[in-house]
Amino acid sequence: MKVKMLSRNPDHYVRETKLDLQRVPRNYDPTLHPFEVPREYIRALNAAKLERVFAKPFLASLDGHRDGVNCLAKNPKSLATVLSGACDGEVKIWNLTKRKCIRTIQAHEGFVRGICTRFCGTSFFTVGDDKTVKQWKMDGPSCGEEEEPLHTILGKTVYTGIDHHWREAVFATCGQQVDIWDEQRTSPICSMTWGFDSISSVKFNPIETFLLGSCASDRNIVLYDMRQATPLKKVILDMRTNTICWNPMEAFIFTAANEDYNLYTFDMRALDTPVMVHMDHVSAVLDVDYSPTGREFVSASFDKSIRIFPVDKSRSREVYHTKRMQHVICVKWTADSKYIMCGSDEMNIRLWKANASEKLGVLTSRERAATDYNQKLKEKFQHHPYIKRISRHRHLPKSIYSQIQEQRIMKEARRRKELNRIKHSKPGSVQMVSEKKKHVVAVVK
Amino acid sequence: METVPEPGSNVPPKKDRLQTKKKKPRRYWEQETTGTAAGASPGPPRKRKRNRELRPQKPKKNDTSKKFRMSKKPRELKSPRPQRSLSGAQDPFAGPAPVSVEVVQKYCRIDKSKELPHPKTKTRSRLVVAEAQEEETSVRAARSELLLTEEPGFLEGEDGEDTAKIRQADIVEAVDIASAAKHFDLNLRQFGPYRLNYSRTGRHLAFGGRRGHVAALDWVTKKLTCEINVMEAVRDIRFLHSEALLAVAQNRWLHIYDNQGIELHCVRRCDRVTRLEFLPFHFLLATASETGFLTYLDVSVGKIVAALNARAGRLSVMTQNPYNAVIHLGHSNGTVSLWSPAMKEPLVKILCHRGGVRAVAVDSTGMHMATSGLDHQLKVFDLRGTFQPLSARTLPQGAGHLAFSQRGLLAAGMGDVVNIWAGQGKASPPSLEQPYLTHRLSGHVHGLQFCPYEDVLGVGHSGGITSMLVPGAAEPNFDGLESNPYRSRKQRQEWEVKALLEKVPAELICLDPRALAEVDVISLEQAKKERAERLGYDPDARTPFQPKPKQKGRSSTASLVKRKRKVMDQEHRVSGHRGRAGHPKGNALLLAPLASSTCHFSPVSPYPGQNPPEPGAAAAEAREGQAHGGPAVGPGQIRALSQAPGPRRNILSPRPPVGNYPSLE
Repeated sequence: MKVKMLSRNPDHYVRETKLDLQRVPRNYDPTLHPFEVPREYIRALNAAKLERVFAKPFLASLDGHRDGVNCLAKNPKSLATVLSGACDGEVKIWNLTKRKCIRTIQAHEGFVRGICTRFCGTSFFTVGDDKTVKQWKMDGPSCGEEEEPLHTILGKTVYTGIDHHWREAVFATCGQQVDIWDEQRTSPICSMTWGFDSISSVKFNPIETFLLGSCASDRNIVLYDMRQATPLKKVILDMRTNTICWNPMEAFIFTAANEDYNLYTFDMRALDTPVMVHMDHVSAVLDVDYSPTGREFVSASFDKSIRIFPVDKSRSREVYHTKRMQHVICVKWTADSKYIMCGSDEMNIRLWKANASEKLGVLTSRERAATDYNQKLKEKFQHHPYIKRISRHRHLPKSIYSQIQEQRIMKEARRRKELNRIKHSKPGSVQMVSEKKKHVVAVVK
Repeated sequence: METVPEPGSNVPPKKDRLQTKKKKPRRYWEQETTGTAAGASPGPPRKRKRNRELRPQKPKKNDTSKKFRMSKKPRELKSPRPQRSLSGAQDPFAGPAPVSVEVVQKYCRIDKSKELPHPKTKTRSRLVVAEAQEEETSVRAARSELLLTEEPGFLEGEDGEDTAKIRQADIVEAVDIASAAKHFDLNLRQFGPYRLNYSRTGRHLAFGGRRGHVAALDWVTKKLTCEINVMEAVRDIRFLHSEALLAVAQNRWLHIYDNQGIELHCVRRCDRVTRLEFLPFHFLLATASETGFLTYLDVSVGKIVAALNARAGRLSVMTQNPYNAVIHLGHSNGTVSLWSPAMKEPLVKILCHRGGVRAVAVDSTGMHMATSGLDHQLKVFDLRGTFQPLSARTLPQGAGHLAFSQRGLLAAGMGDVVNIWAGQGKASPPSLEQPYLTHRLSGHVHGLQFCPYEDVLGVGHSGGITSMLVPGAAEPNFDGLESNPYRSRKQRQEWEVKALLEKVPAELICLDPRALAEVDVISLEQAKKERAERLGYDPDARTPFQPKPKQKGRSSTASLVKRKRKVMDQEHRVSGHRGRAGHPKGNALLLAPLASSTCHFSPVSPYPGQNPPEPGAAAAEAREGQAHGGPAVGPGQIRALSQAPGPRRNILSPRPPVGNYPSLE
């Protein structure tokens, strides 16, 4: 007879001293872990609930401006530095870690229309209603020195926006036309126009750095190549585009913030249909900025809220609002992809977390493992109705909520009408137009 | 796999090349074609077919073969040409160690034989990635088996020696002292017969005698935690989720005691309870009563979740399926019914015996059910959809009590004898020809349970308690996070909190516990229909083929019809082929239950209150089937189909080992 009994030595399973960690032997045999799916589902449900519990995105409000904040700029070399221009011509430089204003400049008379930093982070440019472009040093003046711009360019017309080239000493302004300037000269290298309307913003492409995009008040978005004297092409939309932003990861993708409450993500190679129509705002969208990962962007709207959209989704994943925040005019996603700043009408700059429930600060490895695990679980069970409902739920101010309802009814009525029209006309004579195609009027080359 | 052509072996003689060169001036593209022709592939040139039928399950042979190499016999397959290092020494075991296919199969949660759905390329590619990840996970899990320290026990006779003849005393003599101490008898003749229960960790033992004697002890150290007399008949006893709480079915009511023996609750809504079962992941205490009710008590909140009338008289045979938490009730008319708290009707009714059912037991994998009846039969049933008996045997007395061990041993108590049968392994049914062990006790058996994680069978009988040694009964390697026999108080408290946080709602109990991760085809189709109705057209529908009119009189009606028919036939052929390759109709959309790292698309809605066809279309089907099905049923026939329309796949079903792992060729 040969016999062996299962006989464990307790010393192998119990810690030796109280100072040791407990021993936890693992066995991944599925029969020892029954109800894998239901338990994971419950964990996912708990994770979704906890995510909502910990969703506290608002971090700080930077106050100090004496008029509405009109434009924001990031410093490419310093995460902590932010520049803002206000409607009374004042420019403030903020330190985000201290959450304090470190410098104030009376830059212009009237609005500061645009502000941008040089790619090296040593100086910045502002344009204002007083028809000037000014270049300023990033560091403050030393003791006894006066606060003076490095250069001032006096223009003939009002400039409404400015953007700097990502690698060279070249910047572009917009107003009546798009001007491209060399930093050393006082007259533009070239000016480009297409039509006679005021251009509201101009943006350099961060990857293909010769490309520019601009949007004008005659409803069109125009693309330029800096190397040639004439614009490339333009797309005309239903309503005016307020600003555009290029995707920092995909060179040919840009997103336009439109007056018709929507954002349109375009592929510049095929402008006739947008890649995606992002709808959730209930008022004109005023500004848009991409996250440095290029997967998401944030939009600021006249409806007193900001929303975060994934690039490939038509609905927003997040909406931020507070009682005191008024019409949001400008918004920026910080370069570490963790925070969002927005400047609004009521003179404040607000700092938000990009991921509402994220825990800030250094995470221990166990904490990080737990959050990763929860994230994966939420992803796995995201389509289950309970989890979907919990993770989608957002509280909205009454005004936005009621407007959403109203617009839903309007949209439904329009759709019904269209269906009726199709039903009662000759088959094939009236076609269903997809949402993407509806808003593009024309593409001109 | 293509191998690098050895220099000089496959390359055609130079002469040929020169000849071709002479024949005509070479174009720049000819270099490539002659190159491949000269290469190792003698067959037809490989086409890059974009065949949608083919599952792209082998993404790239070259890189995967390095990642997971497997072979049937470990260390058998070496890489064909060991890499030479700088020093000239060869690595005799180049590459990662091979893993055997069977072990990987154990951890695999997806069925490779099942076809992936093919609706949209985006979804499909995501699924393919998920499957690859899943496969990698199972290979990793299989690799980690190396770290398991304990080996299972065994008992082997000499040549021709029958292990059933080996007495307990012999085993005790042969084994080490620590194991020998696990064999003991408690002589408690006064208060007998006893029911007993081991806690989930296998560390604690509670027993209650018919005359009111209730005791709990740490049976390894033999330290008594409490001992009381409840002055009432004790019908059954059960530990709740931890060893600190004890449920006792007494003559009138159900009582709950703590480990000091203090009565915490008297649950008067559960009266005349005969049998108790605790579902640890749902925190449900299932009670079967003399009045014929099956009552589920949620012990975490103290509420009765469901009280189901079995309509079959006195309930005295109950067991749980540890795989899916379904309760099996044995009835006096020879049927076994399967219950979930979400359904007022049984999920399945199985006619098992002529005469009443005396005992039911389900093994830990949830594949086999053993029943014994008044007809002195002992049968093992297949629970994976067919509910047919796999084996049967007539016992001289018939078994009054049955129990399965963690490794699939079956114990039966017949009068004062306990017989144990063994199978081939964990997931195989026990073979009933030859008992593995037998033991005669000093009294009639009244309760049987294998101790988890120990090679011990606890028997409660009229003379007290006997702890028998059964080598090879228990799972040798426990998982410390699941149930740890050596856990400290602090660990237990932490585990308790976590277990409560992930308490599974009672509504989720259904026959297939993985149903939650599968696509609910019925509601998916319903949603599709609703969407088409709402939109006014079906966005996924294809426009029917309309042949273009041809010029010059070829566009006769007959030829148009002919062309149409041709296209239709072609489509039909393609879809038919798909159906054959995959699964019965309507089941093609069922997604594979992918593992933890994968994503699913349109799920089963988890709560029945919201969505009527839940929890388990299976159950609804079962009920419907019952309504239609006639009463004529033979032994082993099911009255109702228990499963959803197509065969729901069971992860544990034995499949032929899949040989398509990259390194096997």
